[in-house]
Amino acid sequence: MEKYLYIALFAPLVSSLFSALFTATTKKTFTGIIASILIFSAFVSSSILLTHILSGGEPIHVEMMTWMATGNLYIPFGFVVDQVSVTMMMVVTLVSTIVHIYSIGYMDHDKGFNRFFSYLSAFVFSMMILVMSDNYAGLFIGWEGVGLCSWLLIGFWFHKESATWAANEAFIMNRIADLGMLIGIFLIYWNTGTLQYDGAFASFATLDVSTLTWIGIFLFIGAMGKSAQFPLHTWLADAMEGPTPVSALIHAATMVTAGVYLVVRSNELYDLIPNVGLFIASLGAFVALFAASMALVNRDMKRIIAYSTLSQLGYMFAAAGLGAYWVALFHLMAHAFFKALLFLGAGNVMHAMHDELDPFKMGGLKKTMKGTFIMMTIASIALAGIFPLAGFFSKDAILEAAFVEHHYVIYAVLLFTAGLTAFYSFRLVALIFHGEERYKLFGIHPHEAYKFMLVGMSPLLLLAIIAGSFKGTYYEMIIELLPETEYHIHSHLVYWIMTIGTQTFVALSIIYAYKKYTDSKITVPDGTSLVENSFMYKLLLNQYYIPYAYERYLVTPYRELSRLLWKEVDQKMVDASVDGIAGIFYFIGNNTRAMQSGNLSIMLKWMVTGTVVLLSLAVVFGLAARYSDEIIIILSGLGV
Amino acid sequence: MMEIGLNHYLVLSTILFAIGLVGIMRRKNLLLLFFATEILLNAVNVGFAAISHYYGDLTGQMFAFFVIAIAASELAVGLGLLIVWHKRHGTIDLDSMSSMRG
Repeated sequence: MEKYLYIALFAPLVSSLFSALFTATTKKTFTGIIASILIFSAFVSSSILLTHILSGGEPIHVEMMTWMATGNLYIPFGFVVDQVSVTMMMVVTLVSTIVHIYSIGYMDHDKGFNRFFSYLSAFVFSMMILVMSDNYAGLFIGWEGVGLCSWLLIGFWFHKESATWAANEAFIMNRIADLGMLIGIFLIYWNTGTLQYDGAFASFATLDVSTLTWIGIFLFIGAMGKSAQFPLHTWLADAMEGPTPVSALIHAATMVTAGVYLVVRSNELYDLIPNVGLFIASLGAFVALFAASMALVNRDMKRIIAYSTLSQLGYMFAAAGLGAYWVALFHLMAHAFFKALLFLGAGNVMHAMHDELDPFKMGGLKKTMKGTFIMMTIASIALAGIFPLAGFFSKDAILEAAFVEHHYVIYAVLLFTAGLTAFYSFRLVALIFHGEERYKLFGIHPHEAYKFMLVGMSPLLLLAIIAGSFKGTYYEMIIELLPETEYHIHSHLVYWIMTIGTQTFVALSIIYAYKKYTDSKITVPDGTSLVENSFMYKLLLNQYYIPYAYERYLVTPYRELSRLLWKEVDQKMVDASVDGIAGIFYFIGNNTRAMQSGNLSIMLKWMVTGTVVLLSLAVVFGLAARYSDEIIIILSGLGV
Repeated sequence: MMEIGLNHYLVLSTILFAIGLVGIMRRKNLLLLFFATEILLNAVNVGFAAISHYYGDLTGQMFAFFVIAIAASELAVGLGLLIVWHKRHGTIDLDSMSSMRG
């Protein structure tokens, strides 16, 4: 079994290095194909490992080699395949295989084709390290690795100013959060003396609550950055500057869920500090609503889906914070499937529309893009949580968890958000695929994506539909490792009222969205209508003015301070002193250069001068040594 | 008649040395520069011989012989170079030898 673990881990690395060989050459389709095959082999290995775990096998734990061993510090490159990590491995390898295949078509005309695959596979490798590591240090390596690959891929089209800006924003925001995470890891080491999960978890019970609370808070700060939770959320929407497959893989299915994974992985820690858990759940519910509200009015297709991702991450944190770790993980999995599908569909639409992102400029695309239409509609139904698709089972479980735990405010917020989710998802679908063909005004001739791209997407479609039916099996498996918390609403009547009520509410939101946005009178908004000038609309469209506030109150003062330090301190003090020292030597050199005239006569004169000076010094010091006693008396008389 | 003692010799040596120093500082002719160098060396030889005699120790006089031998060989090499230089450039003026200018 260890063999499969190593294949799953290292196939993406091989793929990345192989593609990297061709980065300096023109597009070579075979790099894409070989990368896809290698990632697929990682997927197959992960599946074998999953079957092993599902059939009741022991978790696989290997220690590849020692990384650091100094004094009491011992950190190995250890990897573990247990119920939690195998779930993540499946999600990561499955979605990345599909995204790799899809990218062969999507990046078809791009100059950086080979480079793209190199980065993408490097990302998969980092993500595998993140989820498979058996200690916090290894997790942190993967954590930084995915951050780096995310930076590379958001800024993939680096000739675009906005892309590099977004890449830097994502990287810097994550850096802030990573500091928190690093402090958390240091605290764990400081207090338990180990970074291995099992060792650290075993010692947590002996620590006092305040230490645990600090560890929990700092680790969660790291999770907040990676999973783009408020107030570090702005980077995710801007990250949509990257190529769409990247958004599907990194900014929807895998990397942004690393924060959830961290909380789930550290469940034994968060179980001991329910107050932090409650904070996580509340923040999650808040972000769910907050992000969904921004998605309501946005006019950028990819940003709408990004806000939707943010909102669903909020759901996951709400579940994890309430102690329903397996529910969070299950929603993570289901969400990865339908959200990746939604993003890839959006990629098809973008290609068809020549990179136009405003859904108001589309409309009526269902005729030309039938395959994409069906996929995106089903993904949206799954996202909205309609029975019997994947989203129903996972989202319903979160709502139930909140209800059973008597957190009715969180429950109400999440329920309301479910309605918003349905509304904005179908607003998007209606605007893109139904109604008048508004794109004709802009002279665009849409075309369906390559067939193999659609075929490649189909496994996601299938999973978006049927993933919910795995819930029972999954529960059986995961409770081996995670706390066994099954949520049953004791009264059958309440259960049915809740389920049917939720479904009706969601269905009504969908119908309302359809009704509103399939209207033939929909035109491209020009900023004159009443709604567009209302306060709420402006507030939501400008993302609650948070990016502006950051720009104004954080970035601008910081830049001003940096400029001040640069101009006044660095240039006038540090540089000046260093330059001054160099200047002295230049001055001496310039003025004494004449000595080196090459004229023997002058050199001899200097030699004689030197001899006389040295002799005089010898005489002076000789006399001083002889009369040192007298000199000391004279000097002490002068008060020296 | 005054007895000629060690001090006289040392004064003579110093005067000769000073003459030699002035010579190497002032002369522009390479040949005369060699003369000046010889004066320097022999000023030291006078000192060696005088002090050797004063202490009744032959080491100083022996050393003077070494100096003479070295001065001779140095002069042989120097004169050889001087002749080559003169053949090439037609002059032995020190100011013309500035190819090592920094």
